[in-house]
Amino acid sequence: MVEQAAALADEAAADPGSVRPGAPAIELEDLRRDFGDRTGLAPTTVRVEVGESLAVLGPNGSGKSTLLRILAGLLRPTEGRAVVLGASLPKERHRLRGRVGYLGHQPLLYRDLSPRENLSLAAALHGLEPAFARTRIGELLEVVGMERRADDRTAELSAGMKQRIDICRAVLHEPPLLLLDEPDSHLDPEARRLIAPLIAAGGERTRVVVSHDRDAARAGADAVLELG
Amino acid sequence: MTPYAALLRKDLRVELRTLRSLPAMALFAVTTFVIFRFGLDREQLEGDLAAGVLVATLLFAALLAINRLFVAEREEGGFDLVRLAPIDGTVLFAAKASALVIYLVVLELIAVPIFALFFLDSASGLLPLALILLLADIGLAATGTVISTIATMSTARDLLAPLILLPLLVPVVIAAAGAGEHLLASGGPDYGRFGTWLLLLGLYDSVFLLVGYAVFDFLLED
Repeated sequence: MVEQAAALADEAAADPGSVRPGAPAIELEDLRRDFGDRTGLAPTTVRVEVGESLAVLGPNGSGKSTLLRILAGLLRPTEGRAVVLGASLPKERHRLRGRVGYLGHQPLLYRDLSPRENLSLAAALHGLEPAFARTRIGELLEVVGMERRADDRTAELSAGMKQRIDICRAVLHEPPLLLLDEPDSHLDPEARRLIAPLIAAGGERTRVVVSHDRDAARAGADAVLELG
Repeated sequence: MTPYAALLRKDLRVELRTLRSLPAMALFAVTTFVIFRFGLDREQLEGDLAAGVLVATLLFAALLAINRLFVAEREEGGFDLVRLAPIDGTVLFAAKASALVIYLVVLELIAVPIFALFFLDSASGLLPLALILLLADIGLAATGTVISTIATMSTARDLLAPLILLPLLVPVVIAAAGAGEHLLASGGPDYGRFGTWLLLLGLYDSVFLLVGYAVFDFLLED
């Protein structure tokens, strides 16, 4: 497992899109996204250093989720400059592939697969060695308290359980950047406590968290971005 | 396991678990044969009519699977899952096209013997016809996967897929029905232009596999 993590780190270091020492993990300058005539994300400027946690706050429709999708390379910005983990977006977004842990509003889980099958699929897509993936999936399921339901159909799970599995999927490949859209939604206090260490920033891991809970978001963040 | 194998296994596993596409395709094909049998008021078909009935039925049955091909990706975030992973989007194209070929082969294993039972007096043309159908399946899967992706991104997806796909599949229908006409002729199969039809289908498959490979990554973009 340690060897696998080291191999992933080597691969990231060899990647020309890796963050240079001292360079920010995220650098946005007047980044904007329009949907037709409507502005989805008003011009936004922010800089996040490696290992920091940024909380994104704002009312519904202010562009929080849009910002996360742009940072993940899933959406093109209309205007402005964005450099994420050394990759200039949208031109170099292919360099972000495999280096971002993204948790959106909708769980990226197939309803007719079990949690373990969903995580195995994600592991295969990220090129994790099968033996390493099995161990890591087992560990993650245990951490989030889902090992007993790991082989049930995902469709049969509650929203909170799906959220826990989706968090496992987002962190499975140990990405250097976590983009989390309301990670606490549907979770009870005990589940929040369980997942907290999995999604913490620090070291080489940078984190952007969208939240409606202003106090909780501010408490765990190095910086706050207010939208809208 | 490679990403291609993982995606293909996921599709086959979900289909085996839910049986959403294959039973509907098989039932559609058998029902259509029954309708043709009574509609044409014929107990035996041969030549161009036999080939036309078989190819048209299989084509429309295939549309059921093509319309459903990316439903899970659209509704359950599968597109994002692939776009976040360090893989080329064409891996998804290859896995989906392979899954579709497998569905079509299974459909034909069920539907063609029933067609023979309903309409043919001899099964001697069926073996060479299998090769024609396999090549037609590959072309259908390549084109169907590309068009299904385009349709999935649209709000008029149920209408769009057949509207764009059917004209593009005319060469496949011409070649498959043309070959079938001679293979299902009364008095036994005639191999006169068999090679020409094989070549035409092979060419079509190559072109649309290349088109899919070239454009699929762009189709996955926002």
